[in-house]
Formats: sequence, C-alpha cells, structure tokens
Amino acid sequence: MVPADQGGGVMRADLLAEPVAGLEEALDAVEAFDRVLVSGLLRPQPAQAAGLAELAGAVAGSPLASRVAEAAEKAAAGTAGEDHFVALAAARVALLGSVHDALTSQLDEATGRPRGEEAAPAPAERHAVNLLAAARSWLCDLARAGWQGIDHDVVSGAAQVVSAMLPDPAFRRLATVLDGFAAELAASCPGASLDQVPVRRWADLWSRAALLTVPGAAGVPAIGTATGRLLPLGVDLHEHATAAQAQVHAVFEPADGTAPRLVRATVSAPKPDTVVGVGVWQLLRPHMSLLTAVSEGRSVDLVDMPITAEGDLLWSDEHARPGEPADPFATARVALPTAVAPVTAPLDRHPARIAVPVFLEGYEVHTDDESLTFAVAGHALAVDTDRVPTAGPLTPEAVAASHACIGLVRWDAGAFRLQPLAVETTARKKTVAVHAGAWAGGTKDKAGVKAEKAATDAVAVLRERAGRLLRK
Amino acid sequence: MARVVPPARPRKLAKVPFVELADGRLQGVVSSGSDIERVYVSSVAAGTYAFACSTNNNRPCGGARGWFCNHIRALITEAVLQYGAERVTRYLRVDLGDEQPTAHTIADAMTATGPSEASSTAAASVFSRFLRHLAYLELAPSTLPVPEMQWFPPTRAVA
Repeated sequence: MVPADQGGGVMRADLLAEPVAGLEEALDAVEAFDRVLVSGLLRPQPAQAAGLAELAGAVAGSPLASRVAEAAEKAAAGTAGEDHFVALAAARVALLGSVHDALTSQLDEATGRPRGEEAAPAPAERHAVNLLAAARSWLCDLARAGWQGIDHDVVSGAAQVVSAMLPDPAFRRLATVLDGFAAELAASCPGASLDQVPVRRWADLWSRAALLTVPGAAGVPAIGTATGRLLPLGVDLHEHATAAQAQVHAVFEPADGTAPRLVRATVSAPKPDTVVGVGVWQLLRPHMSLLTAVSEGRSVDLVDMPITAEGDLLWSDEHARPGEPADPFATARVALPTAVAPVTAPLDRHPARIAVPVFLEGYEVHTDDESLTFAVAGHALAVDTDRVPTAGPLTPEAVAASHACIGLVRWDAGAFRLQPLAVETTARKKTVAVHAGAWAGGTKDKAGVKAEKAATDAVAVLRERAGRLLRK
Repeated sequence: MARVVPPARPRKLAKVPFVELADGRLQGVVSSGSDIERVYVSSVAAGTYAFACSTNNNRPCGGARGWFCNHIRALITEAVLQYGAERVTRYLRVDLGDEQPTAHTIADAMTATGPSEASSTAAASVFSRFLRHLAYLELAPSTLPVPEMQWFPPTRAVA
C-alpha cells in the first residue's frame, strides 16, 4: 500500500540539514558584536573596536550602512549616545533577520507549504515617549556596564520603568521583555563573578528591547478580520518568573472559501513568580475561550476576529463561539499541508521566532542518554523534549513512545529541532493522543487537579495579603 | 536560547508570602502568627549573613536580638523550597563543608559565624518589592502577542 499523503504532507527532513549560504558569516558578525557587550562600552578596548567594525561591515551594503558606521565609531571611542546604541541594535536585528529569512525559505521547501504574500504594514500607533526613553536609557547603561560589569544598582534601574509600563497594554510587550531580562540579570549579579555569560541570549534580549524603545516599533496593528472556522493544532507555552504566555497554533478556514491559513492566537498575563507550571492556566483561561475549546477538542467559529499581517488573531471572546468537535491530528493530516503560512513582520524576524507547525509520522525514535531524535525518512531531527511544559500531560516518555507527532520546527544552536505539541501513541492496541496543552481549559487528571488547587491557594493567599497591605 | 534562571518551585504561601534572592540578600515577608494585619520583613545578607527583622510598621522583631529569629528561619526554609538548597547556598555564599545543603544546615552554618545585626534600613525597600510583587495579580491579561516570549520557553528543569 502506498501512503496516502505523498504530496504536501511529507516533510523533506533531508533539506533541513543542507548548509545555508552566508549563514555562518552573518552569525560571525553578530557574535563579534555580542563579545563587545561582555565587557561593555564604558572604556572600549581595541578588540571591541574591531567587533564593532565587523558588525558595521556586515551591514555596509544596506540602508543602515552610514548610521551604523557612525555608531560603531562613536562606540569604539567610548562616546556613543543613545541613538548610536539603538543603531547598533538595529544592525544586529537586521543581520539576524536575514538569517531568519534564509532559514524560513529552507523550511518552506522542506514542508512544501505555500507562503503568503507580504502585506504592507499599517502604521502603528505612537505612544507617550517618556517611558520609552527611560527604558532606552537603562538599556544604554547596561551596554556601557557590559555583562561583566552588571551589579544590583545597574540592574534595579529597570524596576521603576517596568512597573510604570506594565499596566498599559501599549507598553506590555516591552515591559514583559524588560522584566524577564532584568530578573535574569539580577540573578546573575555581580557580573564580575559570572562563570559563563549567555552571550548570544542577552545580546538578543538587549537588542530586541532597544528596538522596541523606538516609538511605534512594538505595535502589531490588525490589518483585517477573520470569519470562518478555526481548527486548533496545539498550544505553545512561554513562561518567565513574572509572565506566562500561551500561543495556540491553528489552521483557519475562511468562510469565503479562500485558501486555509496558518494562524496563532495568544494570551499572556503578568504573574507572581510563585505561580508556576499548571498554575498559569487559571490566569490565562478566563481571557481566551479558545483554551477551553483546545481542551475539549473543538473547533471555534470566528466572526470578524481582528487579525494582523503576521497571522496573529487579536483574540476577544465576543468574536468567537464554540464549534464542532475537531481532532487536531485530523487537522494536521488533512488541513495543515496546504495551509498558507503567514509572512513574519520585518522587525520580528529572528531565528528564535521560527516556530513552524508540522506533522510527522512513520519516523523511527532514537534515544541515547539525554537526547531524543526522530529519524524522518532516514534523516535525523533532534527533538527538544525539555520544551514540553510540565503544565500538561505530555511527557518526554510519551514522545519517545510515539508514532505520530504534531510539533513546531524551531532553530536553536545552529540546527533545526522539533518541539512536540502532541503525539499519538499506542496503548492496548488503541491509538491514544496526548496533547501538551490538554490542561489549558481545565483538567480532571489527578496530578493536574492537585497542582491547580495549589496554585489557586497561592493566588488566594497573595490576594488576601494584597487586600490588607496594598494602598495603605 | 535556554533560560538562565530555572523556574521557582511551587510552595505554600500562607506563612511566608514572599521570598526572594535579590539585592545581595535573602529577603522576604513573613506573616505574623498572631495579628493578620502585621507582617515581618526579614533579611540575611550574602557573605556576611548580617540579619534584620522588623514589622511592616518598622518595629524591631523581639526574637531577632543577637540571633536569627523564627521569622528568618522560616524565610530560609521557604527559600530552600522555592529555589532549591543549592541555589540558596550559592547565593548566600555559605560554606557547608561536607554537609548536605538543607534549610537546617544553611541556617546553622550562618549562625556559627556569629553574624551581626544589620540596620533595618533595607526593610522599606523589601516591603515595597513585596507590594510590587502583589500588584502583578491586579494586572489584566492581554491577547496581544509578545513575540519576545519566544526567548522564555518552558523547561522541565527545576530550581
């Protein structure tokens, strides 16, 4: 028998291992700049001047050329102003954007999935610039101090900015990054005694935050509305000490009969650091009925839901109502292969942003010591089981025992990796599906119920304390 | 990509609603056992183990004269639950020799050095950090995507 889906459904894993032209050179230039931030730009050394020049050289053929060249020169002399730091951040973001684009076209070839056309971005709203300026000034202090120079005084400068920004939805995006970044830096103080600096990671967070301080940069305006049927594929959870975000990947079938599209719906919430794991769902659940639909295995009917050019539904429950039951594995087998993938907004292009939904089956599972690999048509694809959240029933063991998998292809540490969102395994000769996001809308699972109850108690204690102690 | 700080472990908050390793101290807030309007603000400094404990109205804690009071001991216990004994040991720069790190051995190793009382000047900032922490519960969730959260994936590693 011939497998039914030899067409668009089969991923060409072999293509994922192909080298990408120019990728190494781009990453070398990024790394040269990242090393500059380790010791900081207060009193730059000749080696740092070279690193800055390498970054400027890498964008010399782009519209950024002259501004970045000037910024590199000023920074090398120890006289960079805030605009210069932002220009350097922009050069770094642009280089990684080009890496993103190359990797994305490689992935498009591997999945055989069509990519949508780029939409002209709507002008974003511009907001009060004072807070943005305060955030930028903190980021510049960091760049001058360098990761080895950070101490509690420098790092705590973020707290006031973050507190002022968090309540305003327009600033939530920047505030959330700064908050997670500052907490990580605080836990690593003093920088002078750090054994290992997460050089690439902190430069990523620093440069993204610096760009978001440019008025209008953080906006994600809707460019239209979505009416039709939403078929969830799975839930990707993100979490730092004081924020959690759930992102539902789904196939959207427009009611007007146009081609199905890959979309996302997102909900995030600030949280106390003691609410973790399964506990975060109860903060997110009340604000997006889609999470309940995911747990119930249902589709959702959308009417006039705002959507961005990047395929992000800007969810509000009034535009959604529960639909018919829909099995994510049926969606993955039937609808996913032909769904059109959205084009990522220019500022958001970065290899870490790559999260492409795929469906795999008929792979061989290889396990050794710590790592898990799927051999897809003879080609190895590393499986990132550490990204399977503890907030759901999916486990690395279930992934290892699986024969079909819905996942996100990501790119990390120089290679493509698979983040499992759901798997099918066989138990007593029956196929059983296990979803990472199964508890998003609630659970009857014993361990899940217990963990939810603990989080509810924690929140209740904090609310009681807040009621007595806040605003006194 | 991997996160630098592993997530905190869940713990019961009734007795010690807030604990953190910050500003070069183990610091936090301990609810009074007798008066629900009162909390104690307690801290131990990394390296010197200089300690302080006072109420939110800035009255000194009677138990913390010359010695770790029960509030400070409770703080250490909860910090070990939340962050793991090793991270607490490392942050406070406690030398345990061959002993297993536990809340008990950490507290004993610190008191054995005869630490001095710190002034209670830190209390105000610790208390305001606690209030800031509580304020997170009052912030509304949002359905606008935060693409940068991609840098904060979940991890199965625990503190």
